[in-house]
Amino acid sequence: MPNLRYRQDSESVAPLATFAEFTGDTNATAVRIEPGDDARALLPHLGQLSLVEVTFPAFRDGRGYSAARILREAGYAGELRAAGDVLVDQVPLMRRCGFDAFAPNVPLDQAVVDASLARYDFVYQAAADSAVPVWKLRHG
Amino acid sequence: MYKYDTFDQSIVDARVEEFRDQVKRRLAGEITEDQFKPLRLMNGLYLQLHAYMLRVAVPYGTMDSRQMHMLAHIARKYDRGYGHFTTRQNIQYNWIKLDECPDLLAELAGVEMHAIQTSGNCIRNISSDQWAGASADEVADPRPWAELLRQWSSFHPEFSYLPRKFKIAVIASDEDRAAMRLHDIGIQLIKQDGVLGGRVFVGGGMGRTPMIAPEINPFVRAEDLLSYIEACLRVYNRYGRRDNIYKARIKILVHEIGADSYRAQVAEEFAHVKTLGIDPPMAEFDRISAFFAPPAFEADAVDSVDRSDPDFAVWLDQNVKPHKQAGYAIVNIALKPIGGIPGDASADQIDVMADLAKDYSFDELRVTHAQNIVLPHVRKADLHSVWQKLNDAALADANLDLVTDIIACPGLDYCSLANARSIPVAQKIAERFADLERQRDIGELKLKISGCINACGHHHAGHIGILGVDKKGVENYQLTFGGSGAEDVSIGKIIGPGFDEDGVVDAVEKAIEKYREVRTEGERFLDTYRRVGADPFKEAIYA
Amino acid sequence: MNLLTGNDLASGDVVWWNGKGWSRQIGDAADVGDRGAIILAAEEAARRVNASYEIEADTSGLPLHIKDRVRAAGPTVRADLSVNPSIQIVKG
Repeated sequence: MPNLRYRQDSESVAPLATFAEFTGDTNATAVRIEPGDDARALLPHLGQLSLVEVTFPAFRDGRGYSAARILREAGYAGELRAAGDVLVDQVPLMRRCGFDAFAPNVPLDQAVVDASLARYDFVYQAAADSAVPVWKLRHG
Repeated sequence: MYKYDTFDQSIVDARVEEFRDQVKRRLAGEITEDQFKPLRLMNGLYLQLHAYMLRVAVPYGTMDSRQMHMLAHIARKYDRGYGHFTTRQNIQYNWIKLDECPDLLAELAGVEMHAIQTSGNCIRNISSDQWAGASADEVADPRPWAELLRQWSSFHPEFSYLPRKFKIAVIASDEDRAAMRLHDIGIQLIKQDGVLGGRVFVGGGMGRTPMIAPEINPFVRAEDLLSYIEACLRVYNRYGRRDNIYKARIKILVHEIGADSYRAQVAEEFAHVKTLGIDPPMAEFDRISAFFAPPAFEADAVDSVDRSDPDFAVWLDQNVKPHKQAGYAIVNIALKPIGGIPGDASADQIDVMADLAKDYSFDELRVTHAQNIVLPHVRKADLHSVWQKLNDAALADANLDLVTDIIACPGLDYCSLANARSIPVAQKIAERFADLERQRDIGELKLKISGCINACGHHHAGHIGILGVDKKGVENYQLTFGGSGAEDVSIGKIIGPGFDEDGVVDAVEKAIEKYREVRTEGERFLDTYRRVGADPFKEAIYA
Repeated sequence: MNLLTGNDLASGDVVWWNGKGWSRQIGDAADVGDRGAIILAAEEAARRVNASYEIEADTSGLPLHIKDRVRAAGPTVRADLSVNPSIQIVKG
């Protein structure tokens, strides 16, 4: 279960299929992908998914950031959950990549997360969130 | 040069407060060292052999006098009165206290500087040609491209936990003064049918597996640059190896799957990324470029120099290079005094260089990858005054590109990764070749020393490279010949069994004497080595 | 003998376990015998030391590994900044 969730809809209660199960043609609506799994393999099935959990077995393994963006760039609008070794200082980056729920191994302190998410008023680059990059602010 | 607007300043200020909070949490025990380490590294703070070391970014090596004075101030107030200029055009301080670091960073932010992404598995400081905007051979100033990349890469949400660190260099001339093809990504600006674009090389690097980057794209337009580089990085972030830290750099990925396969994957990713609108409009490129407009050169500046002072003339011939503007010259300050520490400068020397930049070089300085400093725009009429002031500060060594202009990593004197000391070897070699006439007779010779296989001292790219290793607990030095970080890029080859500290100095001298014996007119050491091969040198050294 | 070393968390200074606390001088270092791991765990947890580890030294207390001798001495190229210039870096 996520410790932090930035969505208004109700949480999916469907069991999480593994990537192998899912790509083996199930009707699952929730899937868990590991760092080595190709997020693009999910793209033909995004319509049926309401939850994608991306695992971070070790916080240093950043493949999940790309997986998240790929899913959002393809229009996936369901819950995108970062699970595993997720640390508070990573949450702002993950939010920018499109994650909107977090299930860290060690629960995060909401106040620290809030402070960290509020810290930067501006961003330099476009990503999967709605933040407007400064070059756009500069040129309207 | 580039000036922050309120957006840039806000982001850097926020970073200071973020790090202040992270340090506070660490000191209070809310996070462990394991958790704190990646956070401090992402802000350039290492724990080295003797203390914390802070690496401060100097974007593409360009600074003004106010920033340079701040570096001196930091050396005095937070360190022990000196700093070390690095091969990535940055500066590092060896004696920083963790609890004082946030205040230090706040002072840096006050002059539009920071330590953001000077370590960690992220995109590091963008490096460039130290003569940008001054050299006649550039097709354009590479710095606007570097600044565009700096902004794009800062806090990049997707690329902050890459398989390994990532270094990008941008140059704009056929002569490569930035070791461009030994970077993870090297970009050479070129003009095609009057349009400026970048030739993109991916997968170069030194370290334990040195590789020269293959060309991945012959021409990327400015308006596609960020999308293309983003595609390059995404392929790496997804498929770069994470099972073995020694195989995690992008060079291994490109090598293992092949340049053609990597190129095809990037092309596919680029076709997608380009639809996302991540490239700023050309108006932003123009806004940045305007900061790098040429300074107000005097059109009628005197184009001759009085060479009557012989010591001055030697320095002039060795350290002063032609400028694209008549009446001006590029002054190179070698931070390589005989017996000194390559790249080190005292706070007082840093102040002197800042003042000279302010008074004589349109308020600009550069740091070079050879650990030297450049005053890019000096009137020829002022050269003698500049030289005298440098001389008074012990900064007028006339040894640029000569055998004593040595690149050396901090080595075992400072670095916790090192296996052997680098600086004492550099000092002994410099002392052996202290005679300037002899150095000038030897001519251009790039000697580079690393204290371990990570190759921070660029030994692979040295005409003569020295690699310190640990041989059963004793420092031992291997010699490599034939490397180059320039446009004739190559990786040096080990010549034979290693030596102790004095032995390697003797071996270098024997090799150089062999070169003097067999060279033909105009040949550098590197040219002779390439022509005659290793055997004559082996015989000279091991006989 | 076995010595414990690390860095002071706030200042980063190299420190050596003297049996009761942490000293800047290797000359104060105490032989911890086989109790190294226990002491380090407690000291790290209390944040009285950072990046600590155990080393072997000869009977005179000189570290066996050159890296630790340099740590004990300070940078060999800056005698003015040395903590302990008398440390013999290269064993003769």
